Amino acid sequence: MELCSFLTLDSFITDPLTHDFMRKALLMSSLVAAVCGFLSSYLTLKGWALMGDAVSHSVMPGVVVAYALGLPFSLGAFIFGVGSVALIGFIKQKSRVKEDTVIGLVFTGFFALGIVLVSKIKSNIDLHSILFGSPLGISLSDVKQTIFISLLVVILLSIFRKDLMLYCFDPRHAKTVGINVLFLHYLLLTCLSLAAVVGLQSVGIILVVAMLITPGATAYLLTDKFDNMTVISVLSAIISSLIGIYVSFWFDLETGGSIVLAQTFIFLFAFLFAPRYGIFKLKKLFAGHK
Amino acid sequence: METINYQNFRIEAENICVDYNGKVALYDANLRLKPGQICGLVGMNGAGKTTFFNALTGFVNISKGKIRINGESVRSAQKDQTIAYVPQNEGIDSQFPISVWDVVMMGRYGSMNIFRCPRESDVQAVKDAIDRVDLTDHLSTPIGNLSGGQRKRTFLARAIAQRASILLLDEPFSGVDIRTEKLISELFIQFKNEGKTILLSTHDMIHVREFCDLVLLINKTVVAYGETSEVFTPENITTTFGGISPDFLFGPES
Repeated sequence: MELCSFLTLDSFITDPLTHDFMRKALLMSSLVAAVCGFLSSYLTLKGWALMGDAVSHSVMPGVVVAYALGLPFSLGAFIFGVGSVALIGFIKQKSRVKEDTVIGLVFTGFFALGIVLVSKIKSNIDLHSILFGSPLGISLSDVKQTIFISLLVVILLSIFRKDLMLYCFDPRHAKTVGINVLFLHYLLLTCLSLAAVVGLQSVGIILVVAMLITPGATAYLLTDKFDNMTVISVLSAIISSLIGIYVSFWFDLETGGSIVLAQTFIFLFAFLFAPRYGIFKLKKLFAGHK
Repeated sequence: METINYQNFRIEAENICVDYNGKVALYDANLRLKPGQICGLVGMNGAGKTTFFNALTGFVNISKGKIRINGESVRSAQKDQTIAYVPQNEGIDSQFPISVWDVVMMGRYGSMNIFRCPRESDVQAVKDAIDRVDLTDHLSTPIGNLSGGQRKRTFLARAIAQRASILLLDEPFSGVDIRTEKLISELFIQFKNEGKTILLSTHDMIHVREFCDLVLLINKTVVAYGETSEVFTPENITTTFGGISPDFLFGPES
């Protein structure tokens, strides 16, 4: 039966849509991908990939504590995400240890705390779904939370789109013309924490950083215009999510991993064949044939 | 000579100190500049040139002393778009996906609404500024595809579009072609005539003699400050560069 369905592309796409959980997963994951993809442009250009990694791992204990206390898990995740960044800044300023070392030790410390808490707190927390995501098993309250947070991040990023671009490009100029650089710094961090929170639902804590950096990196290879970069980043993130979910449905694969692998393949494709920055420079190849 | 009304100074820095986490980068530095003056900022790497700029733009806080810009605080100078900063080429990410037009438009951000929607006047200011640095053929060129000189001119255009009355330029002549160098020197004369005040850091001693009315020699603090003809002496330069003789410094230039 499975084999028959494979024979037509049409049923390959439409069959999963007959399941309610698949429709929800596709919608939610696309939304999450769009948010992470949007933010991804800024993180890539600002050089905050490691920061994204740190924040996304640091939310772990927050999620566990929030579950245990019956609070929205996004709240706990947000507090620990922002807290980890504050702690990184504090240790960096007060010690001679280099920044990347501080980032590494803070986020692994938080992550370990999360894992220890899970083993201690007796509850129905599913460690597997936190670590690897569970887009196919999103509950209704999670759906509402995800939509709310996603909209919030998209609205914030849209309003401060140009200021954030300036902040990433030339913070000194921003400061010189009276733009509040500190505010933009924390705005970007806040959006990062929130995006990590929604992202961990589809791909889990371990892989959420991929959602935050891969689409931006892919787009960076494909364009020299910031606005185009944002659009390409969002589109590649959404397409990867759709591919990942379909593939995981038909071949019975881990969904989060499939989504991230799809992103990685798109990146590799850009890396090889991007018109200007790919290693084979398609544009030149075509020009050569004329 | 320096008894003129305080309000007449564009820049007035009094005994300013800057330290980064307890490490002193600049101490007891003074500077007074009037409209139409061009001042060269000369010192070794790490002598505090960039720190001086950062203090004037408010990018770092001073731990002691006082800075007045047009008689007002640095904060209100930022609000009024009074100061423009032109970074060194090395100070910016040349691979950032942004066009000449967008960079120059950033000069207008401070006076736009929160969404940074360009008005007719902003578009005109950007056009004029790009025209003055002779980059009209490169409006939509990504900055990564520009030469060092063209990139320098792009940032100069941003400062022009900002309509700032004070220009701070970090190594404006480093890594630029002859054409750009000529264009920048012509612009300096125009700026001077428009009454703008210019503070520029440079490694090139010849440029100091050529353009600068005044020179500020620093090595963590002010070594000497005054009219270029009086202050820019071999002795002072030697002191500024920690005992290296000016012959050695001037050697490669001439």
